[in-house]
Amino acid sequence: MPKPVFLATDFVLYLLLAAIALYVWHVRRTPTLRATWRTVARDPAAMAAAVVLAVFVFVAIVDSVHFRPLLPPPPGAAAGAPAAYAPQTLSLIDVLLAARRESREKTYSIPLGTHQYSKESMLVDGKMIRDFPRLRYGGAHLKDAETDWLGDIAWRSAVGIVGGAACAALLWFSLVALRAWFVRCPLSTSWRAIRDRTAEIPWYAMLATIAVLALIFGWVAALWPYYHVFGTDQTGNDVLYQAIKSIRTAIVIGSLATLATLPFAIVFGILAGYYKGRVDDAIQYLYTVLSSIPSVLLIAAFVLMIQVFVDKNPQVFETGLERADIRLFLLSVILGVTGWATLARLLRAETLKLTELEFVQAARAFGVSDLGIMRRHVLPNVMHVVLIVTVLDFSGLVLLEAVLSYVGVGVDPTTNSFGTMINSARTELSRDPPVWWNLLAAFLVMVTLVLSLQLFAGAVREAFDPRARAFRLHRARPAPRVTA
Amino acid sequence: MINYILRRLAYGVLVLIGVNLFTFLLFFTVNTPDDMARMNIGGKRVSQDAIEKWKVEHGYDIPLFWNSASPGVEKFTKTIFFERSVQLFALDFGASDSGRDIGYELRQRVGPSLALALPTFVLGILVVITYSLLLVFFRNTYLEFWGFALAVFLMSISALFYILLGQFFFSRLLKLVPISGFSGGWGMFVFLALPVIIGIVSRMGAEALFYRAMFLEEIGKDYVRTARAKGLSETVVLFRHVLPNALLPILTSTVAVLPLLFLGALIMESFFGIPGLGSYTIDAINGQDFAVVRSMVFVGSALYIVGLILTDISYTLADPRIRLG
Repeated sequence: MPKPVFLATDFVLYLLLAAIALYVWHVRRTPTLRATWRTVARDPAAMAAAVVLAVFVFVAIVDSVHFRPLLPPPPGAAAGAPAAYAPQTLSLIDVLLAARRESREKTYSIPLGTHQYSKESMLVDGKMIRDFPRLRYGGAHLKDAETDWLGDIAWRSAVGIVGGAACAALLWFSLVALRAWFVRCPLSTSWRAIRDRTAEIPWYAMLATIAVLALIFGWVAALWPYYHVFGTDQTGNDVLYQAIKSIRTAIVIGSLATLATLPFAIVFGILAGYYKGRVDDAIQYLYTVLSSIPSVLLIAAFVLMIQVFVDKNPQVFETGLERADIRLFLLSVILGVTGWATLARLLRAETLKLTELEFVQAARAFGVSDLGIMRRHVLPNVMHVVLIVTVLDFSGLVLLEAVLSYVGVGVDPTTNSFGTMINSARTELSRDPPVWWNLLAAFLVMVTLVLSLQLFAGAVREAFDPRARAFRLHRARPAPRVTA
Repeated sequence: MINYILRRLAYGVLVLIGVNLFTFLLFFTVNTPDDMARMNIGGKRVSQDAIEKWKVEHGYDIPLFWNSASPGVEKFTKTIFFERSVQLFALDFGASDSGRDIGYELRQRVGPSLALALPTFVLGILVVITYSLLLVFFRNTYLEFWGFALAVFLMSISALFYILLGQFFFSRLLKLVPISGFSGGWGMFVFLALPVIIGIVSRMGAEALFYRAMFLEEIGKDYVRTARAKGLSETVVLFRHVLPNALLPILTSTVAVLPLLFLGALIMESFFGIPGLGSYTIDAINGQDFAVVRSMVFVGSALYIVGLILTDISYTLADPRIRLG
């Protein structure tokens, strides 16, 4: 039985999941919220983005189940000896991709390559020659790498894509069937509604996204066991594996930093707007001070301080991963503590407006306590601002992590993150010949993540902020197809 | 008006004092000067003698707030708080932890920073306004859709990618401009061209969408309807009526950024080897030079506060309806 390890950031992700579940339950019970979210659900781009985001969040969650595997008992150990655990903490995704994690080459190799990227001295038939050696794992099953490579890749790609297409078809069928069951209509009607885009929710956009994802997954799944799909990095580690591990870091930073801003922003914003006067002055002063310090500098100052603390107290942390994790945790908290000013300002303005309205006046006349008014009447009515700002900021935080890691105040260098990947790619691009796949992998995964976040956030803002609806994109639609 | 500005200035000084206290607490109470010394000398096993020596050399060997060993006023002035924090208000930054005069470094580096930041700022505004105006002009067409999509895509890409790819394509493959470096005089253009372009492109997406929203807000107003009712063409309406009116909020919103231009673009400078304030800051963070980081925090927030005051003033200049009292 492996020993489960609960890292600080794991808790946060679980907490986030629980919070989302709670919110969904709340939305289902509140008719107005349900109606607003339904407008989000009608947006094709947002729903396509939601499918992609769901995949990312799923990866992050699977990557957040940590444990230390049980070591086999040493030979001759007593029967009742306490179990020994590996010093390394692994996550579920490490186990799922164990073969990929362990198939380490010596150094760089190109995507789908069979040979190392740099020459080496080798002993062939008793003679010393310099050549590109074969990789230990990438394409190791090929007998003659030069002649078999193309055929093997083509064959495996075809298998993968066909497999992906089959998966997509299966998913499509089950979705259509599910919808038919829910709406209580025959399968063919359900399919036609989706195809002709007359269904209420843009299923066609989601199905298209699912199809694209399934094809990509199929292709990767067919090739990855035999090749390094995105090549290997300087120390020979699989780049795609690193990119997948980076997803969790990005999502942890985004969600944890958001969670950390909320208490400050909500409490201070509402207090300032509700009490006005002295309280307002004090709180305004506080956030002017915080926001007048350039954010990167403020974050850097905090992180430097923490670095000194961690260096001074190395005994607090049991494993290297725990130390790296506490740094990630604290970094996100710092991002939250330094970033609440904008939201607090918006909430203050909104509260100022609300306290003048009749229902707050009425509550006051009935003798409801200040705390009661803020909790029952003000807070629920500013939640839409909180929601809009949170989803809009999430993508910004993911981008900020990369910059901070470059500046040297980001995550621990041993943590996989987009920032560390980009950072190492800096020197690799200036090599001759350049090493480009590391950057490409980080680019593709990161852009997909941020773009989906942006699209989803845009739809949420449109739904919750009536002013933003005026700026909505009115897309010139093709005329609806006339079906005979 | 004068009264108002004076009051804002006083408030600004108050905020600066807050910033200063805050950074001082952050830097000196979370970690003692001993820790700083240990970090700067490097290594875990540093003898206490070495630490004391480092502290004497860098002037950290005096008490934090209250020096009871000194006579008279020096009880207060001969402390780390006074020498390191209060002196900043007299623009006396002292020496960095590596022993160089920070004030001198700042003066040397403002020039290159401005040389990069000003063109990026001015050209950037022009490009972004043109882009967003085109989006508005072609609204409800496929052109707008794809322009909008491009803007969203551009803003989903980390600035680091723009820099790395720009350097790779334009400097390495095409060899149009040097990868990094800086020189005075006219030679500067070669070095600044790429960072300026990248600086503009990396901000274009987000800002174009923001400006587009401003233009669209303006287009919904009554005077635009009147102009259309008069039978004016869409071009005239857009350029003669909407543009000047929408420009005001746009320009006033950018005034706040003006003073911060002195700080330069943090990352851009260090990537392109421009010896400005941004690269200075990043080097200081990497080298864990706390004295420099503290000074930059001070300079940065002072400039930010100046920006806030300028914004308020520009509102009154731009819109006579707003009176500051």
